[in-house]
Amino acid sequence: MALSTDDVKKLALLARLDISDLPVDHLAGQLESILDFVHQLSELDTEDVEPMTTALDVDNRWRRDEVLPSLDRQDVLANAPAADDECFRVPPVLG
Amino acid sequence: MSQYPFTTVIGLEVHVQLKTASKLFCGCSTEFGAPPNTHVCPLCLGLPGALPVINEKALELSALAGLALHCDLPPVTKWDRKQYFYPDLPKGYQTSQFDMPICADGFLEIEDPADANQTVRIGIIRAHLEEDAGKSMHDEVAGRADSRIDLNRCGTPLLEIVSEPDLRTAEQCVAFLTKLREMMVHLGVSDCEMQEGSLRVDANVNLHIDRNGEVIATPIVEIKNMNSFRNVAAALAYEVDRQYEEWETKGHTIKTHGKRTFGWDDGKQVTYPQREKEESADYRYFPCPDLLPVRLTEAQREKVRSMFTELPQQARERLQSQYDVTAYDADVIVSAGPEMLAYYDSVATACGDGKRASSWVQQDVMRSIKEQGISVDQFAISADQLAALIQCIIAGELANNRARDVFEHMLDKGVAMDQAMKDLGIEQVDDSEIESLVADLLSKNPRVVDDVKGGNAKAVGALIGQARKANPNANPQQVRELALKMIEQM
Ligand SMILES: [Zn+2]
Repeated sequence: MALSTDDVKKLALLARLDISDLPVDHLAGQLESILDFVHQLSELDTEDVEPMTTALDVDNRWRRDEVLPSLDRQDVLANAPAADDECFRVPPVLG
Repeated sequence: MSQYPFTTVIGLEVHVQLKTASKLFCGCSTEFGAPPNTHVCPLCLGLPGALPVINEKALELSALAGLALHCDLPPVTKWDRKQYFYPDLPKGYQTSQFDMPICADGFLEIEDPADANQTVRIGIIRAHLEEDAGKSMHDEVAGRADSRIDLNRCGTPLLEIVSEPDLRTAEQCVAFLTKLREMMVHLGVSDCEMQEGSLRVDANVNLHIDRNGEVIATPIVEIKNMNSFRNVAAALAYEVDRQYEEWETKGHTIKTHGKRTFGWDDGKQVTYPQREKEESADYRYFPCPDLLPVRLTEAQREKVRSMFTELPQQARERLQSQYDVTAYDADVIVSAGPEMLAYYDSVATACGDGKRASSWVQQDVMRSIKEQGISVDQFAISADQLAALIQCIIAGELANNRARDVFEHMLDKGVAMDQAMKDLGIEQVDDSEIESLVADLLSKNPRVVDDVKGGNAKAVGALIGQARKANPNANPQQVRELALKMIEQM
């Protein structure tokens, strides 16, 4: 599986990772070896196997529609790099 | 202005906020208008280790909406992560449903606004559950360079309903949205308040231009930010003209430009290009490992079917046949919403006179709640009380205008009917009292007696006023009947 430099840059952008200081070829090689490892799975014949949606043997776990207490606002905002009394503050976002 | 004929092709994506008390995957409240960041927990914040648990009611309301839209409810539905980074989405992904939505393959039929006799069937591709994001506000007033984030809405359950591109005009879209909204409100699935964001509409539109037999498609534009049905109609009308002109002058087609995202500027009444939408592959959907698949049980399906009582149109027809009210009256009552319909049903059934109930509900109840700015659920006079009042009218114990006095007094003083009647000095006037009153009047008015005997039954009307002067609670109808009977026996 060959990853181009552009593929790696696009993945980094989507994951919001700054790789501008790193050798992209090196990263591409590492990613490729991970993908090749996972790719071994495709050697199996899964023709008649129903796709699995979970590794657990249970489903249907839910709760009643009941309101539970939320956190104090002070605690909500405690870890934010920037906040005012009510809200998180972030670099400007448009619409 | 257009040189060649064309067909407008529109598909709608409608988000309705489900009417649950708590969020989709945590117990935080969904209440609208709470102080910022007060309905937020570790899950809403995307803190490590916080795990989602599905809200049962959100599943039921989605299934109910699916039934109303003639959808299949597949045996299994599952959850997927849609990854993107935005400050109002702390987890870095939205939990949604990608390839196995809770509802699939339905339709909604509308009357064609261009021809009332024509029904148009609009396909519903799917309806899937997902969580809402938070709200970002740009602080322009303060002149600050940053944005403020409120996460109260983050995690609120949304049902995204996706139509087939079966709509052909802006008017059809408005008819579709109007019917969809009425249905969802009626069934209690959603409040569908556009102002509060509990109903949001995106439209995908393009033109199929017929140039001498060759069909050319213009680029598909997804229009966002339309916050009223009027805006939906205006935006689509504008976009149709814009796309034709763009093709005419620049030659843009779906092959050269694909799909773009536009916003609607309500002030300028124009659509404008927004940031290019990432390809759907860029969302890198994958099954959410924190959530289990859902197989609606037979008991749940049964419960949902029992919640699916009747649709607004069926309610209109039922009122006409069950209570013998006019189509117009039935429409006014049903259009006022499910609470009003339930109130009317109770009043009409309890008093046994659907027509009188209809007139009281429409004139007196609707006017009062409008004046007070409340919903009928908060109205001080219960359905049973109003039914009792109407029964007094039917039994001839109260004249209509006297009943209205009682109604007003009940509202003004916040008292029950019995107390109101007592306060107004209305007591049950017993028959012997009325008889002696009428006998007295007849002896004082020999001319009336003569006139009636002479064949002029209307002359008895002269006695009514005198009777009411002597006793304001004397029922006119009773006085009239009694007087005629006594004259006959004289
Ligand atoms: Zn929460």
